[in-house]
Amino acid sequence: MSRTLYDKLVDAHKVCDLPDGDMLIYVDFHIMNEYTSPQAFSGLETRLLDVWRPEAHLAVVDHVNATRSSEPHDAASKLLIDNLQANCTKHGIAFYGLGDPRQGIEHIVVPEQGLVVPGMLIACGDSHTTTYGAYGALGFGIGTSEVEHVLATQTLRYKRMKTMRVTIDGDTAAGVTAKDIIMKVVQVVGAGGANGFAVEFAGSAIRDLDMAGRMTVCNMAVELGARAALIAADDITESALKGHPHSGQFTFNGESWDSDPEAVFDEEFSISGTDIEPLITWGTSPDHSVPITSNVPVAADYVSPKAKAALERSLQYMGLTEGQSAQSIKIDTAFIGSCTNSRIEDLREAAKILEGRQVATGVEAIVVPGSAMTRIKAEAEGLRAIFEAAGFEWRPEAGCSMCLAMNDDIAMDGERVASSTNRNFEGRQGRGARTHLMSPAMVAAAAVAGHLADVRDFK
Amino acid sequence: MIKGIVAPLPLANVDTDVIMPKRFLITITREGLADGTFADLRFDNAEQRRPEFVLNKPPWNQATILVVGDNFGCGSSREHAVWGMRQLGINACIGTSFAGIFYDNARKNGLALPVVSPEVRDVLLQLASKTSGAEISIDLGSRTIAAGDYTEPFEMDDATRTSLIRGRDDTLDSLEHAGAIRDFEAGLDDKMRISVIT
Ligand code: SF4
Repeated sequence: MSRTLYDKLVDAHKVCDLPDGDMLIYVDFHIMNEYTSPQAFSGLETRLLDVWRPEAHLAVVDHVNATRSSEPHDAASKLLIDNLQANCTKHGIAFYGLGDPRQGIEHIVVPEQGLVVPGMLIACGDSHTTTYGAYGALGFGIGTSEVEHVLATQTLRYKRMKTMRVTIDGDTAAGVTAKDIIMKVVQVVGAGGANGFAVEFAGSAIRDLDMAGRMTVCNMAVELGARAALIAADDITESALKGHPHSGQFTFNGESWDSDPEAVFDEEFSISGTDIEPLITWGTSPDHSVPITSNVPVAADYVSPKAKAALERSLQYMGLTEGQSAQSIKIDTAFIGSCTNSRIEDLREAAKILEGRQVATGVEAIVVPGSAMTRIKAEAEGLRAIFEAAGFEWRPEAGCSMCLAMNDDIAMDGERVASSTNRNFEGRQGRGARTHLMSPAMVAAAAVAGHLADVRDFK
Repeated sequence: MIKGIVAPLPLANVDTDVIMPKRFLITITREGLADGTFADLRFDNAEQRRPEFVLNKPPWNQATILVVGDNFGCGSSREHAVWGMRQLGINACIGTSFAGIFYDNARKNGLALPVVSPEVRDVLLQLASKTSGAEISIDLGSRTIAAGDYTEPFEMDDATRTSLIRGRDDTLDSLEHAGAIRDFEAGLDDKMRISVIT
C-alpha cells in the first residue's frame, strides 16, 4: 500500500498500540531547554523514576540567557540555568550551557551538531521542533508532562494525525526567500489551518531550497498549526549530513524517506512559486501578511463583522491606519535572530544588503547569531565587520533573545520592530511591542531605509 | 460531568503568551500561576483589575467553563498556560479548534477541550454572554454539552476522553509496557541509536 512520508515515519517508530486508541512511539532523540523542563525533572523525582536512556537527550540554554554576555542577567534566569545543569549532571545528560562553544538556540544547534538524520523521530519541549522535518525526520513539540514521559520511558503516547500536502511549484523570483515561501503558505492555509495535520512540503520551489531554507519553511509550519512538517530527503539532505561532530554515529544509506508517488493526503494545497513576492506582516497573527509592494488591508475587504472587528483590533494594537502602504511603516528597531532565521546563510543574505550601507538614523539594529558556532563562522567570514560597519550591534552570545523577549532584550510599549522571527502576537517581543515579520534580508533593508522596504530596490 | 458558569472569550488565535505571559515562566515549579493566567487581559500596567474584562465582572468571575475563539492555545508549547488555567479554576474550554500541543497539555492536566462546530460555538457564545450567568454541563461519557433544553454533541478522541475521566498517570501507565519498549530498542537500527557527546 502507498504510504505518505509521515505514515512511514510513524510506522517505523511504533512500539505498540494502547487499548484507548493511542500508540506508544519511540523517540530517537530528545532536546530540552531551561524553561519547559524543570517541572519534568521534579516529576521524575516525585515518582522516584530514572531517565530511561540518558545518552539520547541533549539540554541547551537558549531562552532566558542574556546575549550581551555569558553571565545570566538576573537571579531568576540564573536559577533556571543552574537548575537545568544540576538536573543534567544528576542524570548524566549532555548539557550545552553558557560559555560552551556548542551552545545556541536548540533548533540551530541540533543540525549543526549533526544530530538529525532522515528517518529519525525527535521531540522537544518547544513548538518549533517541526524544524527537523527539513531532514525527512519527524520532529514535534511537546509539553512538560510529555518531557517527563520521554525522560522516563523514551516514548510518547501518540495519535496519528491527518496528512496535508502543500505543493509549491515554479521558480520564485529574485528577492523571494524561504521565509517568504512559508509566510505565503501561512497566509493561504491560515493560522491554525493545519491544526491536527502533519504537513508535507513538496514541489520544485521546495526542492530547490538549500537545507537552511528548508529548515525555515518547516520551522514556521507550526504557525499554520501543523504539529509536524516534512520535506522528503534527497541528495541535498544527504550531503548536509557530513562533517558535523556527531556525523560518524549514523549511517544514512539513502533509504527513501519520502512519500510514495501514489500516496493519498487528507488535504492538498498548491501554490505557484512565481506568484510569491517578498512579504511582511502588518498585524498580530502570522497570517496577517501582504506583499511589501502592497497596502495594509481595509475594513471594506472583509465581509463578516467578526473579521472587521478583528482587523480593527489588530490595526489599533499595531498603530496603523487601514489602507496605509506597507513601505510607509517606519520602524524603531531591526532584529535579526531566532531559530527561523539566524543561520549562517541568513546572516550572509542580510550582509549582502548591508555592505556599503548605513542603518538609518534613529533605528536600533541588533543581530544575534543562532549559535556560538554560527557566530564564530560569521566572524571568520567577515560578516561581523559588515554588520558593525553598517551600524548593527553584533551580540557576542547566542540565544532566542528578542524573538520572545524572555531575557533582557525586550521591545518597549509601542516600539515597532522589523523582525526575522516567527511570531507577531500581541506582546511577543515585549508588552505593547509591535512586530513585523519578514526575511532577514528584508529586515536589513528596513534597517537601512528606516521603514519597511522592498529588498529588490537594494541592488 | 463538568458543570458551571460559562464565560465568553470570542477572540481568535489566543496564543499561550496571552494565556500565560512569559514573565511568569521564570519558575521551576508548577505552582503559583493563577495570577499569571490571562494576566494582561485581567490586569492593567499598574496591576489593577481591568473592570471591562469579562472574567473580572459578575457573573463571569465565577466561571469555570470558557467558550473560546478559533485556534485557541496557539504558539508555544508552555504547559504553564494549562497549569495556570486550572489554578484559576477553569475546568473546560469549548471551541472549534485548538493548537495540538495545547490540546495534549490540557489532557494531562484535566482540562477538557470539547470541540464543536462554528454554529454551535456561536450559540454557546450567545448563551455565555447572558448577564444572568448561564450554567452548562459537559458530559464526557456521552460527549454532549447541555444548557437547559439545548443539547449538542461535541468531538473528543477516545484516548483523551478516557484520560480525562480516569485522571491517569500516563508516565506510570506507559512504564507497564517497558518490555515492549525494550524489545523495540533491541531491534533498533544502529543508525538511529544516538549517543550525544557530553
Ligand atoms: S528562537 Fe524563538 S521560536 Fe525559536 S526556540 Fe527560541 S523563542 Fe522559540
